[in-house]
Amino acid sequence: MDHFSFNLGKPRHEMTDRRNIFQVDIKPRSESSTDPITRTQRPIVTGTSVIALKYQDGVMLAADNLASYGSLARFKDVERLYPVGEFTVIGASGDISDFQYTKHLLDAEMVKEYYINDGHVLGAPHIYEYLSRVMYNRRSQINPLWNAYVVGGYHNGEGFLGYVDLLGTTYKSSSIATGFGAYLAQPILRKVVEGHENTLSEEEAINAIETCMKVLFYRDARSLNKFQRAKITAQGVEITQPYSVDTEWSFAEGQ
Amino acid sequence: MFRNQYDNDISTWSPQGRIHQVEYALEAVKQGSAAVGLRSNTHVVLLALKRSSGELASYQKKLTIIDDHLGIAIAGLTSDARVLSNFMRTEAMKSKVIYGRPLPIFRIVSAIGDKAQVNTQNYGRRPYGVGLLVAGYDETGPHLYECAPSGNFFEYYAMSIGARSQSAKTYLERYYESFAEASLDELVRHGLNALRDTLQQDKELNMDNCSIGIVGADCKFKIVEGDELKRYLSLLDNVEMGDTVQGQAPMDTE
Repeated sequence: MDHFSFNLGKPRHEMTDRRNIFQVDIKPRSESSTDPITRTQRPIVTGTSVIALKYQDGVMLAADNLASYGSLARFKDVERLYPVGEFTVIGASGDISDFQYTKHLLDAEMVKEYYINDGHVLGAPHIYEYLSRVMYNRRSQINPLWNAYVVGGYHNGEGFLGYVDLLGTTYKSSSIATGFGAYLAQPILRKVVEGHENTLSEEEAINAIETCMKVLFYRDARSLNKFQRAKITAQGVEITQPYSVDTEWSFAEGQ
Repeated sequence: MFRNQYDNDISTWSPQGRIHQVEYALEAVKQGSAAVGLRSNTHVVLLALKRSSGELASYQKKLTIIDDHLGIAIAGLTSDARVLSNFMRTEAMKSKVIYGRPLPIFRIVSAIGDKAQVNTQNYGRRPYGVGLLVAGYDETGPHLYECAPSGNFFEYYAMSIGARSQSAKTYLERYYESFAEASLDELVRHGLNALRDTLQQDKELNMDNCSIGIVGADCKFKIVEGDELKRYLSLLDNVEMGDTVQGQAPMDTE
């Protein structure tokens, strides 16, 4: 420890690895460098709402398979629900390239745990905590990962559901929805779930999800009627193949 | 020890395939006063003999709390021990802050091993002169590890380090099979018996020179010292050493 440094309070200049064990040789950036500085971006290719709820066996998440390029429905086979380990799923909305980077970070963390091989595995609450630290750290550098994540999982005998976004805002709840879902789906989810987390059956949960996805397809102009549903219980993660819900458009046809 | 031409620096092998500087560092641990550790299925207990440099001086602390679930006993250079325990505390804090979980014991012990090994291979550095007994309780249960200046670490049911620790090991080897199911008091009793065996001829365990650390499933790491030791010292087997092991000097002369 550097007790007498006159640089106390300023960033230290030592080049070591994360744990201060090894010296790392990185070319330091000089004051006069002309490299561009990354600043707040705008999201380019984006995903819309993610919705999630807790029910008696665990948690369920859903997200459609669309990645929009502004108003263009550009990529229609994107999987926005991503399993991390055996008992956690991340649902991502917002910038897809930032989501891909996050997926890489989480994979790296899981691989590190795997190789340590000491019987400890990162569960949903730990991934939630880690993600929130990453997101808040990026926000504090004014270079956010432009996403809103839902972390759903099963840990220590009960379901886990959390929200982390580009500002580093976090919260846990028995129902969560990002994007347009926060306005359109959350009221529906809350009505179904709140107070009944432990008695809500799988069928009722699926019903709630499908109602919300239907409403979102009707009203969110950047949504798609092709989505996936993830279920996480004591038995692990199950993500469905993409499917659609029936919608009624006849009122708009002809005279 | 040996004065030969292969022991001047850390990056010199001897023809026998030894690095003498590392072995000299291990000597520093053996010169420190004894520390004993043992574990059951529910608790890990550390016991240490504190030394004082004279009657006017205080007794050197041997146990350090790293986190609620993790503590260490040291033998050797206390200043090196401080550096390592600060490192462990930082890692423990990082685990809580980044992942929201208590630091798993195996990985902090292997991090210390990695740190210690660096000093055995780079020219101009010296090995840490302290051995640690690391006691902790994590999701996979109670653990006791020994960390050495060589960078080696190993898990044990029971272990002792420091001066005359072989006597304690002999005791532990005799009774270790009963540790797994032992109650906390039983475990402490065995530990104190083992620690007593490391004492010199006319010395005794008392409230000043003894220190106990306990961690377990429902028990945050706590250090028991001073008056609170009375209860544990009374658990000691009454042996030929007389009644001085009761913890308090007898008031009347009989």
